[in-house]
Amino acid sequence: MRSDRGQRAPLGLKIAAACGLLFLHLPILLIFVYAFTTEEKSFVWPPPGLTTQWFAVTWNRPDVWDALSLSVRVAAISTAIALVLGTLCAAAVSQTRFFGREAISLLVILPIALPGIITGIALRSAFSLADIPFSFWTIVLGHATFCVVVVYNNAVARFRRTSGSMIEASMDLGADGFQTFRHVVLPNIATALLAGGMLAFALSFDEVIVTTFTAGQQQTVPIWMLEELIRPRQRPVTNVVAMVVVLVTLLPILFAYYLTRDGDQIAGSGK
Amino acid sequence: MTIAAVQSNPTPAILPGNGGLRGALSDLFWRRPKFLLTLMLAPPLLWLGIVYIGSLFALLAQSFFSIDEFSGLINREFTLKTYGDLFQAANLDIILRTVTMAALVTLASAIIAFPIAYYAARYARGRWKALFYLGVMLPLWSSYLVKIYAWKLILAKEGILTWLLAKLNLLWLLDAWLSLPVVGGNSLSVSFTGTFIVFVYVWLPFMILPVQAALERVPGNLVEASSDLGASPGQTFRNVLFPLALPGIVAGSIFTFSLTLGDYIIPQIIGTSRLFIGQAVYSQQGTAGNIPLAAAFTVVPIVIMGFYLWGAKRMGAFDAL
Repeated sequence: MRSDRGQRAPLGLKIAAACGLLFLHLPILLIFVYAFTTEEKSFVWPPPGLTTQWFAVTWNRPDVWDALSLSVRVAAISTAIALVLGTLCAAAVSQTRFFGREAISLLVILPIALPGIITGIALRSAFSLADIPFSFWTIVLGHATFCVVVVYNNAVARFRRTSGSMIEASMDLGADGFQTFRHVVLPNIATALLAGGMLAFALSFDEVIVTTFTAGQQQTVPIWMLEELIRPRQRPVTNVVAMVVVLVTLLPILFAYYLTRDGDQIAGSGK
Repeated sequence: MTIAAVQSNPTPAILPGNGGLRGALSDLFWRRPKFLLTLMLAPPLLWLGIVYIGSLFALLAQSFFSIDEFSGLINREFTLKTYGDLFQAANLDIILRTVTMAALVTLASAIIAFPIAYYAARYARGRWKALFYLGVMLPLWSSYLVKIYAWKLILAKEGILTWLLAKLNLLWLLDAWLSLPVVGGNSLSVSFTGTFIVFVYVWLPFMILPVQAALERVPGNLVEASSDLGASPGQTFRNVLFPLALPGIVAGSIFTFSLTLGDYIIPQIIGTSRLFIGQAVYSQQGTAGNIPLAAAFTVVPIVIMGFYLWGAKRMGAFDAL
């Protein structure tokens, strides 16, 4: 039907696009090779030999496990907060029109539109003005703030595709507001929320700039990595942790993609 | 099962109320949508309003304090002295350097992003489309520090890039580049060139996605119509594609520009000892303990991004996000 279906791309465009994608992916693949290198002191290429001994060394490092546990707990709680706040905001903005609607979407985007260092130092100065000591919750406070936008974006996109007449139909058929939410709205937005939650989790798990200002002495995985980058102690362990972090963030992203892809097809039928 | 629960209700024309607190609440929400709206908006607005905007104001307030140069204590009285300090030549240098870097990074990202976005939007179909999408999403979401670390491996003197260039007999090119005054250095990992490459690498996916979203909305037959009417590919690009992709590019540039302005980790790990705004903020609030000056420094990117967002909104960039 579309006239451009059978067209071939110009060769130059193909090459430029392929080079761009290679540029994006090769550096990450390199991490996988370095995790097996026998070289301890430098980043020499090609690796003089391959070994798996660094996985065992990393496994027995308590500081790595502590950082991992803190990161997972922070990410889980921040994601939960962001899910509630982001969904509420998205529902309000997409289902109704009111004065200041635009301002609200700007307010939600602001924490990621402004450089992270501003969010970080702003939170830190607020903590110091209010005499709040650094704790688990100060990290969560910062993370939840910028995770809201990820959930919000996903939920808003889905709400836009969900037609309002379904909600009206549900009400007409005698469901009250809560039943409508439970049986009509929630199934429609569930996958978008799950995807948003996954992305929020990945975002929080990886965050370092804001965290350096709100963590005090605590170490999340990114802060642990940053320490190793600035003052290397055992480079092979860093290599292994880097590889594991790539794999750990890969899974939620693939899953989130899978969810929204399916969801959008379902939601698309209501167009 | 969920639908059955709803269906099993009796079906007279007017249903009796559900009764109880839940029914009363539900009726209230229906009768007063404004009340429901307020209830929905209150938690996110309170959170963002108090935690985020509150903190920003706390920061702004600190920028009007000053530091006592002898005792190092912070003097909590209103003064513009800190902003005066901001306009010293050394600090202006830092601001100029950062803004130049942000502009260059944005430009380079746009140039590299366009072919990927255009191919993905116009030619990739089915499985290839998914592959392209994931091909951008995965680097976007993989760990920021791991990406920087990967580049430290690549750009190191003994690393893969030097090895590759040696194999290609192109080492002289690298040496010539490194001997240039501003962009060069001892090795790529301690030069502005290195900083630039890593910035482009890390923020590139933020540019591709909005540009692709903008290009998706360009009907293919517009491009064909343009060439049917006798335009060369270059003319089609300049007069048809580029203007239509511009909101997407501006939307992407919000990210590349803003992220570069505020980053202090990339130039710290891969770069020279000359500071960027982010590093200045970090060292002022950390080792120097001069929170007022750090706060005043952060006002610079806020003001720049304020204008940027305002301009972007006028160009319709937010619809492309």
